[in-house]
Amino acid sequence: MEYVYEQKITTVKKRKKPPKEILEFIILVLPTFLLITLFTFFPFFKTLYTSFWATDFSGNPKRFVGITYYVELLNSQDFINSFIVTLKYVGFNTIFSIIGGLILALIVDNSKIFAKLFNVLYTFPISLSSASCAIVWGILLNPSVSIINYLIERMGLGKIEWLTDPKLALLSIVLINCWQNIPFNFIFLLAGLQNIPYELYEVSNIDGANFLYKVWKIILPLLTPTLFFVLVINIIDSFQQFTIVHILTSGGPVNSTKLLVYSIYQDAFFNFKFGRACAESIVLFVILFILTVFQFKVVEKKVFYQ
Amino acid sequence: MKKREKLKNVQLLILSTLIALIICFPIFYILYISIEPPSKVFSYPPQFSLSELTFNNFVEVFNLTPFLRFIVNSLIVAIISCLLQVIFACTAAFAFTFYNYKVKDILFLIVLATIMIPAQTIFIGNYLIIRSLGFLNTYIALILPNAVSAFGIFFIRQYFKTIPVEFFEAAKIEGCSNINYLVKILIPLSKPAIGSFLIYSFINIWNQYMWPLLVTDKDEVRTVQLGISMLQAAEQQNFGLIAAGVIIVILPTFLIFLLGHNQLVKGLMAGALKG
Repeated sequence: MEYVYEQKITTVKKRKKPPKEILEFIILVLPTFLLITLFTFFPFFKTLYTSFWATDFSGNPKRFVGITYYVELLNSQDFINSFIVTLKYVGFNTIFSIIGGLILALIVDNSKIFAKLFNVLYTFPISLSSASCAIVWGILLNPSVSIINYLIERMGLGKIEWLTDPKLALLSIVLINCWQNIPFNFIFLLAGLQNIPYELYEVSNIDGANFLYKVWKIILPLLTPTLFFVLVINIIDSFQQFTIVHILTSGGPVNSTKLLVYSIYQDAFFNFKFGRACAESIVLFVILFILTVFQFKVVEKKVFYQ
Repeated sequence: MKKREKLKNVQLLILSTLIALIICFPIFYILYISIEPPSKVFSYPPQFSLSELTFNNFVEVFNLTPFLRFIVNSLIVAIISCLLQVIFACTAAFAFTFYNYKVKDILFLIVLATIMIPAQTIFIGNYLIIRSLGFLNTYIALILPNAVSAFGIFFIRQYFKTIPVEFFEAAKIEGCSNINYLVKILIPLSKPAIGSFLIYSFINIWNQYMWPLLVTDKDEVRTVQLGISMLQAAEQQNFGLIAAGVIIVILPTFLIFLLGHNQLVKGLMAGALKG
């Protein structure tokens, strides 16, 4: 009886809240909700909606076509190529930049001299935008003045056609992106390493274990949560690459660097197939959605609440 | 034992220095090209000399292209978007932390749901909407879609939660209104978090490439990132000029990097949680 009575009091109290406060609350959250509705949810539904329509050249829906575009994508050589190129890019990019980041993190973590300085120097490339990164590397790899090619030739190897050889172009894009991505991973992995209790290092030192053994048997297992987390954000990030490809290769040579986002951009703004481009966007969305949910559910729990 | 330790340290130092040189080399090289006399750019094998350096390329960039306009545009867009992000993050985070309505949890989840929808998957929808509103080639198109950051709301809310509720209650007893509490007490107390977020969001918006590319095609509203890529496309062989453009564009973010390295790293680490 008493319990019910108490409940009544609290509900009465709640109702009595001054209307001014409710108004305040609404004013505080209203701009945020207007903006995310207009520029996130609405565009999402617009993209989904348009993917079921044949459009005119400027993207206005003209004729309902159902899932035609989705079926078309499954049979489109072009889309399958983009998808495979993207998977390769994601794979190489993730592996190289995690290994690179890990090596840098291990070095700084073990350094006793100037560790702080190296910490700053190693993260230097994160202050560049993707666009300037692409242009810087465009000059470094340019066939006529490339200083990198000069050094390679001096070592007795032939001239390398970094961005114009269909077999190398994607790898070049990966390397360019890694230059920016390795420092980023380095930051996370170093934080992860510094969380490993010092005693564990000490124990392995006494045992006289060599460094690689120590990394393999002690450090990596303890670092797994961080590595896993870095892995997922790298994959999510790689799927969204656009800038470097747009500036340096425009998807070429022979579509060898035509990543998904670039393919969407081209289908919409050059081929004027807005419906098809929207269908591609939704496919990309589904992939990223699954990865993000995975990140939230599994990875974050493991990393931060272990 | 001690000798071995010392040797190991020296080896590590040499290795670290080598890697640091490799990582930083591209930027120093670009800096060099930007001040190298044009006659030398094409010399192959490359020649390096520190005499006859010139700042002519920097002057030329401003003379030959509307670069100043691009910089002003980028500053307008980045500063206003950043401020809006901080203001809306503070107000929404305040509402989600200090008001007791059941609906606020649902609202917060809706905000977080936007993280699940990356800009790269909805840019066509967004473009079509901006166009139908007649905002193409306006600052509005560049600013409004950037005005709310779900990550910002999340990040600031986390910080607000660490500030004891007793402060709030005490302030209320003293007759302080909610809004006053937010502006006069909560925001000043949250300076570290707001600072980190501000740096993170400024760099993000300054560096944006794809969205400005889609919604602008006039020099009057284009931003610096598009500016350098246009420069690269137009002046293909004029490497000195392109290099000077790049140096100008990375200057603001580089300064932030030097002055606020710790805060930037903090912001990045928190920002990555948004995926």
